[in-house]
Amino acid sequence: MSTGERTRSLRRAAVTLLAAAAAYEAVARSGFFPPALLPTLPAVARALVATTMDGTMPAHAFHTLYRVLIGFSLAITVAVPLGILMARFRPVENFVLPLASALMPIPSLAWVPVFILWFGLGDTVSILIVFYAALFPMLLNTWSGVRAVNPLWLRAAGAMGADEKALFWKVMIPGAFPFLITGARQAFLRCWIAVVGAEMIAASNWGLGWVIFDAKEFLNTDVMLASLVVIGAIGFAVERLLFGSLERATVLRWGMVRAATT
Amino acid sequence: MPDALQAASAQNTLEFAPSAGAESGWRVIARTAFPFLVVGALWELVARFGTFPARLFPPLEDIASAFVRLSVSGILPHHALDTLIRLSAGFALAAMVGVAIGFAMGRSRLAEDICLPLVSIGAPIPGIAYAPLFLLWFGLGNVSAVLLVAFVSCFPIIFNTWTGVKAVRDIWVRSAQAMGADDRRLFRHVILPGALPYMLTGLRLGLAQAWRILVGVEMLAAVPWGLGWLIFGAREFLNTDIMLAGVAVIAIIGLALEKLVFQRLEAFTVVRWGMMR
Repeated sequence: MSTGERTRSLRRAAVTLLAAAAAYEAVARSGFFPPALLPTLPAVARALVATTMDGTMPAHAFHTLYRVLIGFSLAITVAVPLGILMARFRPVENFVLPLASALMPIPSLAWVPVFILWFGLGDTVSILIVFYAALFPMLLNTWSGVRAVNPLWLRAAGAMGADEKALFWKVMIPGAFPFLITGARQAFLRCWIAVVGAEMIAASNWGLGWVIFDAKEFLNTDVMLASLVVIGAIGFAVERLLFGSLERATVLRWGMVRAATT
Repeated sequence: MPDALQAASAQNTLEFAPSAGAESGWRVIARTAFPFLVVGALWELVARFGTFPARLFPPLEDIASAFVRLSVSGILPHHALDTLIRLSAGFALAAMVGVAIGFAMGRSRLAEDICLPLVSIGAPIPGIAYAPLFLLWFGLGNVSAVLLVAFVSCFPIIFNTWTGVKAVRDIWVRSAQAMGADDRRLFRHVILPGALPYMLTGLRLGLAQAWRILVGVEMLAAVPWGLGWLIFGAREFLNTDIMLAGVAVIAIIGLALEKLVFQRLEAFTVVRWGMMR
């Protein structure tokens, strides 16, 4: 894409967004829908600023992120070693794979009521739901990543006198890394959906999902839209900035995959 | 092609590792059943020893009897049917809208410039977060649930159709045109088959996403029937056996969707045309 075309695209994108915002604003102001259901954009911006200033929105975001972080780390600690074991040892694979394929199609949100009964309302439920949501993408990607390591590399390294430990750390892990990153990305996207849903259903006073659901009761549509913006922004930031830079720092630099054409 | 890798790992299909080959069917069945037996036995042990109250952690035969009782009385099939109808209505809507928008974006520069910013802003927000908003706008019940499912599964379909249409090689289009293909035939014989692998990936991701969201939406939207509602409602009465029977049905439907719908579809079209090995 030439630079001229690029600026034209950017200009058109800006025009589209402005037009969409103007159309929304016009509908909101026309009074066709009650303003409680369709707040104007300045009202949403005001709600966003107000809740950020008094510290509630950051606190909600913090709680949500905390749950995601704990659940996600737990999932990685379980899934990566298990995936590697599955790929290396046939009996482990034979044991885990049928269970995983039976559990995987169950949406994590289906477990929320069951977990509420077992563990009570609160953090535990959300963390476990996040764990469940992240576990399977991570497990499957680790498993296929380790299996996809080119056997030629292993034999070459072996021929050059690498011992088991060096093989593992220097060949297998870097070889499987593109899959691990893909797995972590997918896992994060699923967690991010699951945590919002879990917070809505397992009400717990804090959390971005809970804010949206709670604001519905009081028809605070502006707060709902403001937290939607925050949820989207955090998801986007983690996906693009965190995983994007992780990918650039590891697999792209090692030359494992060519830069994605975006 | 960098996204070949992504596609390979993104599909989350489980094909059992091709083992030694000469293994008999019985052995495979036994091997697959074994882990379930172990987990079942463990569950049974924990349930029997009464570490947890039986109301919260029912033994397997309670779950099985709840399953049978509710199936025979027609309650469970009714719930499952309503969920499936909602899923197919939402998904059909998403497939039509998503493929249409994706094609428009892929073929026309103007449509791409207009739609891409809107789609890339809408996509990263988890669909379930819109649920309360949809409930306010469209009321409790079916309309909200179906619209939300459609909205959520739209995005992967749009993105993948768009990528697929863009990935059709210029040279195919040009050689078809040089051989005198009109627009309709160009579309039907070149662009559609060329974009189909991506489109199918998009449809499959969309369906998977719709499925994951739907159960949660049913809990929130207070629909009268539906598996999500069944599980959520059973919690009020501490009917853990019914809840777990509901979860089992959800697992069966999810597995069937994956195995029967998409793997078949893919085998029939894309693999046959040699677009994908």
